[in-house]
Amino acid sequence: MSDHAADQVPVLECRNLCISYYTRAGEIPAVVDFNLKLMPGEAHGIVGESGCGKSTVALAIMQYMGKNGAIVGGEILFEGRDMRQMSEEELRRIRGSRIAMVYQEPMASLNPSMTIGDQLAEVPIYHDGLSEREALARAEEMLAKVRLPDPKRILASYPHQISGGQQQRVVIAMALLSNPKLLLLDEPTTALDVTVEAGIVELINEIAEEFGTSMIYISHNLGLILETCDRLTVMYSGEAVEVGDIHDVFDEMRHPYTRGLFGSIPLPGADKNAHPLAAIPGQLPLPHERPEGCNFGPRCTFFRDGLCNVGRLPMHAVPGDDDHKVRCERFQEIDWDRDLPKGEAKPPVEAGDTVLSVENMTKHYLIEDGGLFVGGSERVVKANEKLSFTAREAETVAIVGESGCGKSTFAKVLMGLEDATDGKVMLGTVELGDLPVERRNAETISKLQMVFQNPFDTLNPSHSVGSQIARVIRKFGVASKDEEVEEIVFRLLDTVKLPRDFAKRKPRQLSGGQKQRVGIARAFAGNPKVVIADEPVSALDVSVQAAVTELLMDIQRENRTTMLFISHDLSVVRYLADRVVVMYLGRIMEQGTTEEIFAPPYHPYTEALLAAVPIADTRIEKRHIVLKGEIPSPTNPPRGCPFSTRCPYMMPGTCDAELPPLRSFGEGHRILCHLDPAELAAMEPVIKPKVEAAE
Amino acid sequence: MLKLILRRLVQMVLIMAVSSLLLFAIFDTPEFKKRLAVQELGGFAVSALTEESYKSWLAARGLDVPFYQRYANWVGNILSGDLGFSYEKNRPVAPLLADRLANTGILAFFVFALMIPLSLILGILAGMKEGSLQDRTISFVSVFTTSIPEIASAILLTIIFALGLGWLPVKSAMIGGFNFRELILPVLTLVIYDFGYVARMTRASMAEVMTSQYIRTAILKGLPYRRVVMRHALRNALIAPFTLIVLQLNWLLSGVVVVEVFFEYDGFGKLLLEAALFPDVEVVQACTLVAVAVAVLSQIISDIGYTFLNPRIRFA
Amino acid sequence: MAVTEIPSGPSVLDRLSKPKPVAVLVLLMWLPLMAYVMFGQAIGGEARAVLLPAIPATLMLYVLGIRAFRESRVAVIGLTLVFFWLLMAVSAPYLPLMDPNKPIAPFTTPFTERNDLFFWLGTDFKGRDMLSRMIWGCQRVLVWGVTATMVAYVVGAMFGLISGYLAGWWDEIISFVANVLLSFPVMVLFIVILNYLGPSGFNIVVAVTFASAPAIMRIVRGLALDIKTRDYVYAAQTRGEHPLYIMIFELLPNVRGPIIVDACLRLGYTTVAITTLTFLGLGLQPPDPDWGLMIRESAKTAMLWKFSYMLLVPALAVSSLILGFNLMADGLREMSLRD
Repeated sequence: MSDHAADQVPVLECRNLCISYYTRAGEIPAVVDFNLKLMPGEAHGIVGESGCGKSTVALAIMQYMGKNGAIVGGEILFEGRDMRQMSEEELRRIRGSRIAMVYQEPMASLNPSMTIGDQLAEVPIYHDGLSEREALARAEEMLAKVRLPDPKRILASYPHQISGGQQQRVVIAMALLSNPKLLLLDEPTTALDVTVEAGIVELINEIAEEFGTSMIYISHNLGLILETCDRLTVMYSGEAVEVGDIHDVFDEMRHPYTRGLFGSIPLPGADKNAHPLAAIPGQLPLPHERPEGCNFGPRCTFFRDGLCNVGRLPMHAVPGDDDHKVRCERFQEIDWDRDLPKGEAKPPVEAGDTVLSVENMTKHYLIEDGGLFVGGSERVVKANEKLSFTAREAETVAIVGESGCGKSTFAKVLMGLEDATDGKVMLGTVELGDLPVERRNAETISKLQMVFQNPFDTLNPSHSVGSQIARVIRKFGVASKDEEVEEIVFRLLDTVKLPRDFAKRKPRQLSGGQKQRVGIARAFAGNPKVVIADEPVSALDVSVQAAVTELLMDIQRENRTTMLFISHDLSVVRYLADRVVVMYLGRIMEQGTTEEIFAPPYHPYTEALLAAVPIADTRIEKRHIVLKGEIPSPTNPPRGCPFSTRCPYMMPGTCDAELPPLRSFGEGHRILCHLDPAELAAMEPVIKPKVEAAE
Repeated sequence: MLKLILRRLVQMVLIMAVSSLLLFAIFDTPEFKKRLAVQELGGFAVSALTEESYKSWLAARGLDVPFYQRYANWVGNILSGDLGFSYEKNRPVAPLLADRLANTGILAFFVFALMIPLSLILGILAGMKEGSLQDRTISFVSVFTTSIPEIASAILLTIIFALGLGWLPVKSAMIGGFNFRELILPVLTLVIYDFGYVARMTRASMAEVMTSQYIRTAILKGLPYRRVVMRHALRNALIAPFTLIVLQLNWLLSGVVVVEVFFEYDGFGKLLLEAALFPDVEVVQACTLVAVAVAVLSQIISDIGYTFLNPRIRFA
Repeated sequence: MAVTEIPSGPSVLDRLSKPKPVAVLVLLMWLPLMAYVMFGQAIGGEARAVLLPAIPATLMLYVLGIRAFRESRVAVIGLTLVFFWLLMAVSAPYLPLMDPNKPIAPFTTPFTERNDLFFWLGTDFKGRDMLSRMIWGCQRVLVWGVTATMVAYVVGAMFGLISGYLAGWWDEIISFVANVLLSFPVMVLFIVILNYLGPSGFNIVVAVTFASAPAIMRIVRGLALDIKTRDYVYAAQTRGEHPLYIMIFELLPNVRGPIIVDACLRLGYTTVAITTLTFLGLGLQPPDPDWGLMIRESAKTAMLWKFSYMLLVPALAVSSLILGFNLMADGLREMSLRD
């Protein structure tokens, strides 16, 4: 065989792959008719929402199906050989050496009771027959390659002793130790903070270049796929619905689901008033309740009876492009040149008077460093340090920050579960800072409500949906007679677009998006003035996110509620916020209107955050900034500017010694930074439209 | 980690202090004082005693001084090795207790020597392949055996091996000196009731570890299955059973009472029960204290072991 | 399988607790039985009339139970064993049995006829019918065992919720007391307490509470610590609910699930404890039949192959009841894992 011919053998090929799980309810097809061809050095993305079967595909490639899963049809060819025909021993030799995998949760993927050195050394010991010493040496080398500081120390550590980002680098190093042909990445950055994620993505891209490894990158995030992959498969409910070159799929999508996905994510240019998001109606079908014909049929605006709901649909090649395939019967009839689906434009809302004002709010915790009983040393954790900002009626103020930035502590102080150490929090004329919830009257409490992040936690699983909303109505004295309360519960369910008979249901009978709607209904039951929304959609599927976001904003618009929107996702923030507060390690680094925040001058941290957020738009160009290191622990923040340890502009002697001054740029736009205002003003925009090559 | 152990030790000392105070308080009521008088003087003598002469008896025994002082004396006596006097057996408690504890120690040794390997091996075999035939068989056997209380299994074993087949002696009084054959039935009884519990816990722990993501990582790293089980799964899976086994010492002290009474084996449990029924107050007191000490000690060992086995705590 | 958000049907728990009818049936079964065992002698001969409603209630509960547990064969077997004894307990006075306390024909071996009477399981050393004693014997152990376990649960759950939810000093104190109690080996604690209080059914309840409540408290405390970090508890706190409300309405219903499995196991332990204590002479007192008592009385006289049935019958009876509880616990756990 000539070298040239060898080049033509795909690293991996899946042909008509079908995977099923066996449960009490019988056989449930998880993945049906899946095809994939991966050439050497190529990076292939698989994108889809939860339950679409993307992780199942990865595990099937590894031939690891667990107790109740099985590959029921098709072939998986690795370098031309069918892996389904291989013996256990052959598979073992391939796993970890020729095909390696990186997992979603690095902490859970590492053995808690073995040192990292031991776990890494196993790979070369078992695959390449190295001695333990040689293996450790190679492991150390590899740790340096994935840019971990002080590899020697890390080799001797246990997984819990290093941070999440470092753990993921260790897992990647482990995967690379035997120089694999194929690397499977299953949502490798989902559990990490954005700025840490950016570092991992950069590392993955460099690996692809340096080692020439073929990659399958699984993610729910279209932006990440765009940054890492050459080709893309979009999956929906167990089927691949669109496959093609990444630019073809992004710019000339030919499947209504793909189109719907793009319509429901906030890309730059989307705007809550002029260009609202268009959610995909309905919800994902359960694996055992998939419709006949096209799985997306019931949610598709182009659905046609008799065509879309008959038999199994095949993949069709898009004319003129053999590599681009879609599973849609009508893709040639649809006018794809129309704009992406967009919601109806709405008039902007005028903000009213100041409702909430926070002045120098400070919250410190004391932690006792375990002495025998009492005593021991006490440490101060500065969870919130001199926060000042205001929020007006009907305005949306976004609080942006990564883990440890103090946003949840701030919410706790606001809700009265913690006392402020210092400073003031005024809701109207009431001082909340040192007014714990037990001492607040029903009116004050009902004025300030919260929507929570985790849909699985937000409702008490033991009580019916209706009774949980009713409790709030009674508690806040909105109504007390049974019929009145019931009427209000029904009205609220109408408002959040849920059927009235949901009142009798238990939360476990609801999907995540529906639970989140109930959470919203509960928050608005007492006619609040201010609603704190703590990442209300981050745990939901992309196609559901848009619907819930829109709903939240509609209700806010109607009631002229002030919303504090806590988030780490700058795309969403840009889309819905009027003003933005950027926090880092308990301090406000920058605040201003959304336009001011997303354009220079930036705080260096804001700049890095903007650069870190992946954007699923090929027309956008982004400056490349990757922060070094990890977010410091809030129990032990750096001296001087909290951001000084990671800041690319760090000025030794200044930034790491003194707290930076607060610089004002116009009305309300304030940046906490040592850099010269002129220097800040001279920054280039992070995101800008791509300049088209001269045609 | 040293700090953690030290902390536990201090806590344990505190628990000992409180439980001994509790014990002392229980046995310090007028009722028990009277029982003491009955033992020492005889029931008839006490009923004939006038209030005054009872009081003088109390004074002579030092029972009329303030509570805290008597507690201090009591603790002092115990610390100096004086555990009191048994009126039933008519000898000091300390050597009596030492004898009986030694006997129970022999029993416990064989129980553990049999139970630990049996339950761990069965538990691991079952947990390794959750849902398989071998798992279901082992699980069923262990539910079955833990459902037969010691008293019932003692009866069944006696009927089969002693009364029916005549292979083993019915009682284990060791009248003719130490006889290993007499030990077999009591040991088997305790093992049968106990191994199922530990085996089930081991199984649960192993099954949980085997479905964890780091085991998946280890398998997908291409390690041989043996290595995955021995190096990756076992250590994590054995942390929970280890602490459990040490705590079984506490459990054994309960089970040993009924087994020793049934088989008439002269051990700690039988001593405690006889003393309680007699009532031989100072013996009960001493036995209970020893039991608590053993229990507390086993807790410390289990805690330290847990800390030692679990790097997440060791290097917290 | 990847975690999907599948809205699912009602859980086993939901199915079990169509709460009201089940609760009524349980009360209908339980209260007469308790009244009969505790006050039967005081009322006299016609006391058995109180048990009349309990018999159909028990049967209906059994049917409901079978329907709720139909997915797990193990649980159905366990339920059947337990309900067999419950049915025996409520219907014993109506069954065609000989008087369990009347000496008829000593040392009659099983399946033999003596004095024109057929003895299925023989008679004991005093000549009392073994079959009748075995069936009557389940009453007291069931009533006291279940009552003791329930009281232990109420006490344990209460302290567990307080300690887990309120934390701080409450937790320090309650946990310390629990640790002190847990450092006594169970049987030693039983012996000390019953020696102090004297042997009786009621005192067994006290002793079991002291012995079991600390362990229950620890379990509930652990669950409460976990649940109190959930957002719905946070939501309740932020709408200014009283801690008592949160403990009772937000936490308690959610600790119920894991606790039910533990309760079945603990019912088994309590049955073992009562039988063992009775055997040791610290528990229930003669002359009324009880399995532990039967063993105690026969252990002195029946140490011969020929008479071993006197020991075998109560030993098997008590084992079958405990097996029933354990299998129920196993089945329930298995079902809750599947949900």
